Amino acid sequence: MAEPESPEAVPAETIKRTDHSSWNWLLLIPIVVPLLTPIYNHDSPRLWGFPAFYWIQFLFILLGVTTTSIVYRMTRR
Amino acid sequence: MSDHITEIVIFTVLFLLVSGIGFFAARWRAPKDMAHLDEWGLGGRSFGAWITWFLVGGDLYTAYTFVAVPALIFGAGAAGFFAVPYTVIIYPMFFLILIRLWSVSHRHGFVTPADFVRTRFDSPTLALLVAITGIVATMPYIALQLVGIEAVLKTMGVTGDSPLARHAPIIIAFAILAAYTYQSGLRAPALIAFVKDSLIYIVILVAVLYLPYKLGGWGGIFDAADKKFQATPSPADGILLNANNQIQYVTLAFGSALALFLYPHSVTGVLASRNRNVIKRNMSALPAYSFLLGLIALLGYMAISAGVKPLPGSKAGTVDSNTVVPLLFDMKFPAWFAGIAFAAIGIGALVPAAIMSIAAANLFTRNIYKEYLKRDATPADEAKVSKITSLVVKIGAVAFIVFLDPQFSIDLQLIGGVIILQTAPAVALGLYTRWLHRGALIAGWVAGMGLAMWMLWQIPNAATKKAHFGGSAFPLEKFGFDTPKTIYVGFVAVAVNFAVAILVTFLLRAMKTPEGVDGTTPDDYFADEGDPRIDKSATPVETVSST
Repeated sequence: MAEPESPEAVPAETIKRTDHSSWNWLLLIPIVVPLLTPIYNHDSPRLWGFPAFYWIQFLFILLGVTTTSIVYRMTRR
Repeated sequence: MSDHITEIVIFTVLFLLVSGIGFFAARWRAPKDMAHLDEWGLGGRSFGAWITWFLVGGDLYTAYTFVAVPALIFGAGAAGFFAVPYTVIIYPMFFLILIRLWSVSHRHGFVTPADFVRTRFDSPTLALLVAITGIVATMPYIALQLVGIEAVLKTMGVTGDSPLARHAPIIIAFAILAAYTYQSGLRAPALIAFVKDSLIYIVILVAVLYLPYKLGGWGGIFDAADKKFQATPSPADGILLNANNQIQYVTLAFGSALALFLYPHSVTGVLASRNRNVIKRNMSALPAYSFLLGLIALLGYMAISAGVKPLPGSKAGTVDSNTVVPLLFDMKFPAWFAGIAFAAIGIGALVPAAIMSIAAANLFTRNIYKEYLKRDATPADEAKVSKITSLVVKIGAVAFIVFLDPQFSIDLQLIGGVIILQTAPAVALGLYTRWLHRGALIAGWVAGMGLAMWMLWQIPNAATKKAHFGGSAFPLEKFGFDTPKTIYVGFVAVAVNFAVAILVTFLLRAMKTPEGVDGTTPDDYFADEGDPRIDKSATPVETVSST
């Protein structure tokens, strides 16, 4: 909208003040995967006595930590 | 009661220690001027990564969660484990959405989500709706923290015959809490959170290592639970999900995650952090609490395997399943360690209760008092009003528990999660786009709220023998579908809310209804600590509302 009239309007400023990064798309993985019940709604294989339903969902915590850490490192300024 | 003396003594000593810390907190990282809402209500917006980790962790994972989630697993099995996916998906969502709220609030000096809505959509009415929704949703949540304390007291045999005698300990506990929150503001729960969370981590790590050893290993614990659920006539329970409750599981996890960061107390915790990197780093560190919560949830199965029988409820013929975890500790741990565990739960109730009452008080002060009662309130006035309101809120919460059936608070909290979701289009989507018309957002809120109440009214609860407001799992057959599947009420209501908001936006655009002026600019959503446009000497919000 305002683009045509302000060609000189502080490009440095806009680069500094944006947070758009394609790395952010990675965050969709830990939002979507834990919601797919068919992946983990099983008893076997068991791990240390834990049915798959439980240990797989514990693994999702690790998945969440890994992706948020990657996105943080890649988008840090 | 006499055979619980050791537990009671340890509980009391730790409780008093924490109260001392609460009063001392006023002098911790002391500001030049405490008579400012940013200082009292947001700890000076100065918390670094460690404090934020303890504060937000202590805030989101409440005593009630620690008591109610295992109780749910104890009663229903796998369906109660939704707490884990729920607390996994919340952090990437925080990362994307809440960080924008932090930036725009930092830039404009917003204290509450309703402040943001006020400036973004130029609508005091919409802001008022968001504020009232927040207060109504938070009140029963505070009351539930008392349910957590009560479950512990009951297990230790601290009960009385008259309602007043029975409630005396929590009235005293809350009076102390109210006093130091009044004096120290958000600094009190921030400092106490260190003690609370350390205790919880110790207790749970010991519990998950020691109890399986006593109960014959994890495999045996799950098998015992499986055997119990196989024996019940109910088809809805089991250690795995069945064909009918998977949609409920997924929509409840997703809906609860969306609701959690709309709750005023989560926003308060996040806005108190110093800069964007503190929040981003915490999104990778806070899931440590989710791991803890998953382990706590499994205490429900350990209670089954240990043969715990919950104490009777407030009405004859009912049981108080919230007592299963305290009873498990009482049964299996030596008295001194059970005392520490009980103190962890009791103190665990204080941190969120303090933050919630501060958040509710801030909403009242900023979006009702300043907006409608005293427009020229100074920051000192705001701090004073907030402090007094936080007292009123806590008295209200105690009254909930003393004069009403605790079940009523549990129902209200359930409703609270559903209604706070109805602010999602204005607050969460509003952080990305202003496309939805302010009038349409109000219409969507009304539609979502109405539908939610109708759906919740329809849900009976077999266990407590109630015909209405019995849960959040809505049978799809009531919509005319030929299926026994259930879905989370909040999810349906917020979807309808969105749909109505979109339709009415088209309508209002066609009628050329004025849309108001956006008080924010796109790069406000990326502002960070040290932003040159923030004039620290001026009161930030004044400069904004006039533009």
